[in-house]
Amino acid sequence: MPRDTIDGRQMLGARIILKALEEQGVEVVFGYPGGAVLPIYDEIFKQNRIRHILVRHEQGAVHAAEGYARSTGKVGVVLVTSGPGATNAVTGLTDALMDSIPVVCLTGQVPTHLIGNDAFQEADTIGITRPCTKHNYLVKDPNDLAKTIHEAFYVARSGRPGPVVVDLPKDVVMEKGAYATAPRGIKRQQHKTYRPAHTPDPASINAVVDLMVNAERPLFYTGGGVINAGPGASKTLTDLVKDTGFPITSTLMGLGAYPASGPKWLGMVGMHGTYESNMAMHGCDVMINIGARFDDRVTGNLKYFSPGSKKIHVDIDQSSINKNVIVDIPVVGDAGVALKAIFKAWKARTTRPKAKAMKAWWADIERWKAKDCLSYTQTGSVIKPQYAIQRLFELTKKRDTFITTEVGQHQMWAAQFCRFDKPNHWLTSGGLGTMGYGLPAAIGAQIGNPKGLVVDVAGEASILMNIQELSTAVQYRLPVKVFIINNQYMGMVRQWQELLHGGRYAESYTDSLPDFVKLAEAYGMTGLRVQDPAKVDDTIKEMMAIDGPVIVDVCVDQKENCYPMIPSGAAHNHMLLGPEDEGEQKITGAGMALV
Amino acid sequence: MSSNIYEGSVPVSVLKDTDVYRHTIAVLVDNEAGVLARVVGLFSGRGYNIESLTVSVVDEDAQLSRINLVTSGTRQIVEQIKAQLGRLVPVHTIKDLTDEGPSVGRELALVKVDGTGEVRVEALRIGDIFRCNVVDSAPDSFVFEVVGTSEKIDAFIGLMKPLGLVEVSRTGVAAIARGAGGMVDDALPKPKATPKRKKATKKVAKKASPKRKSAAKKAPTSSKKKR
Repeated sequence: MPRDTIDGRQMLGARIILKALEEQGVEVVFGYPGGAVLPIYDEIFKQNRIRHILVRHEQGAVHAAEGYARSTGKVGVVLVTSGPGATNAVTGLTDALMDSIPVVCLTGQVPTHLIGNDAFQEADTIGITRPCTKHNYLVKDPNDLAKTIHEAFYVARSGRPGPVVVDLPKDVVMEKGAYATAPRGIKRQQHKTYRPAHTPDPASINAVVDLMVNAERPLFYTGGGVINAGPGASKTLTDLVKDTGFPITSTLMGLGAYPASGPKWLGMVGMHGTYESNMAMHGCDVMINIGARFDDRVTGNLKYFSPGSKKIHVDIDQSSINKNVIVDIPVVGDAGVALKAIFKAWKARTTRPKAKAMKAWWADIERWKAKDCLSYTQTGSVIKPQYAIQRLFELTKKRDTFITTEVGQHQMWAAQFCRFDKPNHWLTSGGLGTMGYGLPAAIGAQIGNPKGLVVDVAGEASILMNIQELSTAVQYRLPVKVFIINNQYMGMVRQWQELLHGGRYAESYTDSLPDFVKLAEAYGMTGLRVQDPAKVDDTIKEMMAIDGPVIVDVCVDQKENCYPMIPSGAAHNHMLLGPEDEGEQKITGAGMALV
Repeated sequence: MSSNIYEGSVPVSVLKDTDVYRHTIAVLVDNEAGVLARVVGLFSGRGYNIESLTVSVVDEDAQLSRINLVTSGTRQIVEQIKAQLGRLVPVHTIKDLTDEGPSVGRELALVKVDGTGEVRVEALRIGDIFRCNVVDSAPDSFVFEVVGTSEKIDAFIGLMKPLGLVEVSRTGVAAIARGAGGMVDDALPKPKATPKRKKATKKVAKKASPKRKSAAKKAPTSSKKKR
């Protein structure tokens, strides 16, 4: 049916919702039914354009939508019921807010006349989700439904992306209202008040290039903003790095924007970043931050953060600029547009940084690289976690592999050892650090990329936080692989207890873990276990050969810690490279209070 | 709110100033449920100060509300507050009245003073000096209505304390820029894209504190006109 003929047509609220989702190009909704959303589910039942994926917990629905969104670049959509459905979604929403992932979450609500009466399964969803969404709406009139949903998609994907909640009282969904088609063409971007900056001020771009051409020790420091700006931005970044010859490092969220196999790549920056990138951050004279937000995991102690550098900050969100670190050249705009403008202005210049200075800078970097900060030794009969992850990466890199993670040591090792050459293939909970993110995110990524190989690098503690989603994977025959780095400890907690609390491992050992092989079988999937380093490769190959979901229980060295590490409260140039450094740098005083 | 200004004109030295300044910020927002909660939640969630906050519908068809807030913080914090407010979807326009030229701010207070005899006469006499209206009078009490800057009201309340002060009700500050021209609603289509804002940001560099002092001094003289 042509769009114009449905504009203004009367239809049931629930039908309007489905129609609006369809018009927004939605293919998949992750959800869980309940009383308040039954009329919407009834409409889902009556159509077959939008696929519904039934999760096993609403938190899983939001993470799955995040995984779908990050791996495809589309908006992830969630549908949950009122009360507990909405409150269960809160962790996922906060996660999406922190990591700037576009998600539209439709929540059921009790009928309007019962709102405020403590009705069954009532929660003040708007009040609860206000601080953990980019924006939220309560729809009180079926005639506003279509317009509100269109606007929710606009807000979720525009500017700095984020989660948007639309709260839908049951009576509104059951009444008839007029449909409104989505604004098209130029109107699509013309919201009344919300019009985030897209194109940066040319004057600021000029100032950026002024600094760049006169730099002696320049460094690109990129983040998730480049990924959010689309694959074109990553391409421009790669070209710009090639043309300038500047070294580049990235945050956890930005991995893959510049290929890790590229010659200028220094590895990840931050608390568990590489020695060379942290030293380069500390020693650079011009820092070009594109789409990163000077997170405390990156900066370490602000007092000592990159003391000698002029700082450029490109960010689409004005409030990110000068929030943690005061910068010299702020550039407000889309990372992709800004990169293009910077590249163009750079090419137009005839001056270039002094070759001698750049040579000396690269010599410094090579010296730092020679420390080989990620080295480990795989000897004996126990599997080193780094070895397992490195082998996983080596054996899967030829496939279109998506890596998701939970949160903890395994996450940092995955970030260090999986070298991403493409954007959108690395899905991890960066800002919020949500244990239980990886499995549902893998499910979402697999839905969005049916042919991809999706592996959740997990820890045995994190995976238990959303283990129920295995059932979802099995139901939809999603061949996700769960690669559990099992050391029987909440490894990162244990590592901190070792560094900060005298090795008193309070509650960080998990007793009574399930037998993950049997657990896999109980869910109707394949379970594998590996304990011998010599068998790691074969097990990974076996995992890849199985056309279905698999759990691999990798039993690893229980005491291995994640290095290198910037201890709390320290500067970038005071990294711990391994356990032998621990004695020299005791974390005391204010550093202990930091998380 | 759209904000695409090149803020390089706020010098690093100004942002690094660790002194705390008081700023009055006017915000035009959609007049819809929950907007105030968004603004207040932003302040409490991020640990910013609110010294005073007033809200009211300001247009004929009740579509637009104006929030006047008085906050204090370092320059970096104040810039953060404005940027954070700018991210809120229902926000039309933000104007830092302290930064963008001279402005006037007024508050109204109802001040109840109990007493008889000499103190009662003294209270009335001081009320007269402050150009108060007596809006309620009982044999042993007065309710004064006093209008002026927050400082003037503070001073009046201070004087009433030994004279039987029992209760104070204050409205919070309503503020507006001096001179011609109104606060532009950024949501309305612009006649022409003139880079007006650049000038405003340059003023930031000159620092607002002396200006603010002079504005405060001027304030009491114009209080009667407003009544």
